[in-house]
Amino acid sequence: MPDVKIMVCHGTSGLSAGASEVYKKFEEELGRQGLLDSCELIKTGDRGYFRDVLVDIIHPNTGRITYQNVKPEIVPELVEKHVKNGEIVKKHSAGKAYQDFFAGQKRIVLRRCGEIDPENIESYLEDDGYKALEKALTQMKPEEVIEEIKKSGLRGRGGAGFPTGIKWELCRTQETQPKYVICNADEGDPGAFMDRSVLEGDPHAVLEGMAIAGYAIGSNEGYIYCRAEYPLAIKRLKIAISQAKERGFIGEDIFGAGFSFDIKLVEGAGAFVCGEETALIASIEGKRGMPKPRPPYPAQKGLWGKPTIINNVETLANVPTIILRGGDWYASIGTEKSKGTKVFALAGKVKNTGLVEVPLGTTIRELLYGPGGGPAKKMRKIKAIQIGGPSGGCIPEKLFDTPIDFDSLVEAGAIMGSGGLIVLDDSTCMVDLARFFLSFTSDESCGKCFPCRLGLKKMLEILNKIVSGNGELKDIERLENLAKSIMDTALCGLGKTAPNPVLTTLKYFREEYEAHILEKRCPANQCVALLKFEVNEERCTKCGRCAKVCPENAIIWEKGEYAKIVKEKCIKCKACIEACDFMAIE
Amino acid sequence: MIEIVSKILENYKDDGSLIKILQQIQNDLGYVPKEAVDEVSRKTGVSPSQIYGILTFYSQFRLTPPGKHTLKVCLGTACHIMGGHEIFEHLKRKFKIMDNETTEDRLFTLTKVRCLGCCGMAPVIMVDDKIYGRMDISKTERLIDDLR
Repeated sequence: MPDVKIMVCHGTSGLSAGASEVYKKFEEELGRQGLLDSCELIKTGDRGYFRDVLVDIIHPNTGRITYQNVKPEIVPELVEKHVKNGEIVKKHSAGKAYQDFFAGQKRIVLRRCGEIDPENIESYLEDDGYKALEKALTQMKPEEVIEEIKKSGLRGRGGAGFPTGIKWELCRTQETQPKYVICNADEGDPGAFMDRSVLEGDPHAVLEGMAIAGYAIGSNEGYIYCRAEYPLAIKRLKIAISQAKERGFIGEDIFGAGFSFDIKLVEGAGAFVCGEETALIASIEGKRGMPKPRPPYPAQKGLWGKPTIINNVETLANVPTIILRGGDWYASIGTEKSKGTKVFALAGKVKNTGLVEVPLGTTIRELLYGPGGGPAKKMRKIKAIQIGGPSGGCIPEKLFDTPIDFDSLVEAGAIMGSGGLIVLDDSTCMVDLARFFLSFTSDESCGKCFPCRLGLKKMLEILNKIVSGNGELKDIERLENLAKSIMDTALCGLGKTAPNPVLTTLKYFREEYEAHILEKRCPANQCVALLKFEVNEERCTKCGRCAKVCPENAIIWEKGEYAKIVKEKCIKCKACIEACDFMAIE
Repeated sequence: MIEIVSKILENYKDDGSLIKILQQIQNDLGYVPKEAVDEVSRKTGVSPSQIYGILTFYSQFRLTPPGKHTLKVCLGTACHIMGGHEIFEHLKRKFKIMDNETTEDRLFTLTKVRCLGCCGMAPVIMVDDKIYGRMDISKTERLIDDLR
């Protein structure tokens, strides 16, 4: 065994910040110093903490130390001091924010992300990999597997929260053959990126979960439907599938138990609606991804008209651990009706962004001020969160003590969704946010049914009217009426839930709508048509940041002077508003 | 071109692989030209209108050739509130093109994309296959200068 282990994080975020250059530099430096044999240098996946390149060094003298913002230039110093002499290089080691980010987490799904090499099956096998599949195939009957999942209380992590065990059971009892297992890796919700990280950091866990699901329902064929926007996830899945086949964990007669299972990868072509299960099936069949009415449910008539279960990536990644450690163990985590942990994708106006896995029932406040570290900018105040993507809703600050579980969120007007959690502060305009979601859903509406195709467009028009300063009070009523009809009549989940962002912002932030309509004012200084682009000298601290970021040099500023915007040159790009910490530009 | 399309079509089976075939054509040619659609239709028996139905439904497909570099500006929720929209508008103004169009010198194609799943580094731009996080207008300007 090598004495020292060096792990370089190769997730999408690490790679964009130059992880491969850092890795190369380590190789070069270790080679130069003749240390390659006594060190293990590996590439890990994404651990969900977005601070450029993360490197961990495990040395017998120091234990495990994490370094952040690692650049190739500092690699020789790390090798010389830490790898060779066992001394921590304090100035580069990850600080308190990093510790806080991980302190309150309980990682089950993300356990191996950032810990193992996702492109090397050995790395997975060393960490209990495929042991759950072996246990299921050799020691359990399919019914017992389903029983264990039911006992765990696991509910679908993709959006609706349907109990996984019951879905499997419904499919198992169908007599038609063949049956299919589909892994929904079409993570289309803007603001959610946990599935990408799991696929990039621990792809075998998903394959193992699928094989167990196949055994449980009596299926020999699985599909992974992964969106095309995730090239790295697709690459790693391909590697994982071929390695698992080579080692016999996928294929004929797995573990000599007489069970065969094959997995195919299908690349999506870019359509949000394909996250809806019937649309996803149509897309795998090579058609336009348009939803169908349910029932019949896919568990009865799915892919090619055969019984099919569709589970989300995070759901499937939970399965091996549940089988190994037991349903009772899993059910001991979380709340009465929402068991286990959930991964949240924390982004927006918060200090620490990234993936946070916590037991269900954790309050919003604990999440934001624990791992999240509070607001991104000291001068700003967090006013709400948006959870559940375009189908979800906003929850205002006064409700931050709400526990995050399936039912409490619905009570507050939002949904769990896939767990995308965007933090909003006083510089976010809630009307503009609602408009953003409506422009998203009306763009992505498949066009099949009338309420969604035209209703959302109409709602968007009204919102555009309000943010451009032409709104009237009656528009609020029109929005509410349209929202209700669309929710009552649209065919699929996309349409039925699309008005939610408008309804929840109206419920909690009606005064912002009224300010736009009655005072022609955007309280958050975001809606271009309502902005004057003038510097408020009472707030301006004469720092000059606005002048530095202006792409048109339209801001006059000299040291010790108030900034001044030359209106003729200003293109209203809002770069200055974004940069000003003091909200001095109105 | 037709040879490339015919070669890809050798693998066609009536098993849902039509989207895959079209993806391969776009991979090899950069877009799906009209001639390719005709050829696919001839070989598969699927009508051109149905093929266009698929091509225009999914945002991945292009019917016109892309420029040398494709700039995808993410307009997911996090990128929207962190200023992605402003970057997108700025690029449209700078290049004098609209969404999904290519500059006159054929250097840049600009498209918006709905969430690249890098929300922790918002706002995000993807140039060809590389992701750039925590962008703003001036960083984007520098990035474009480097690409020229």
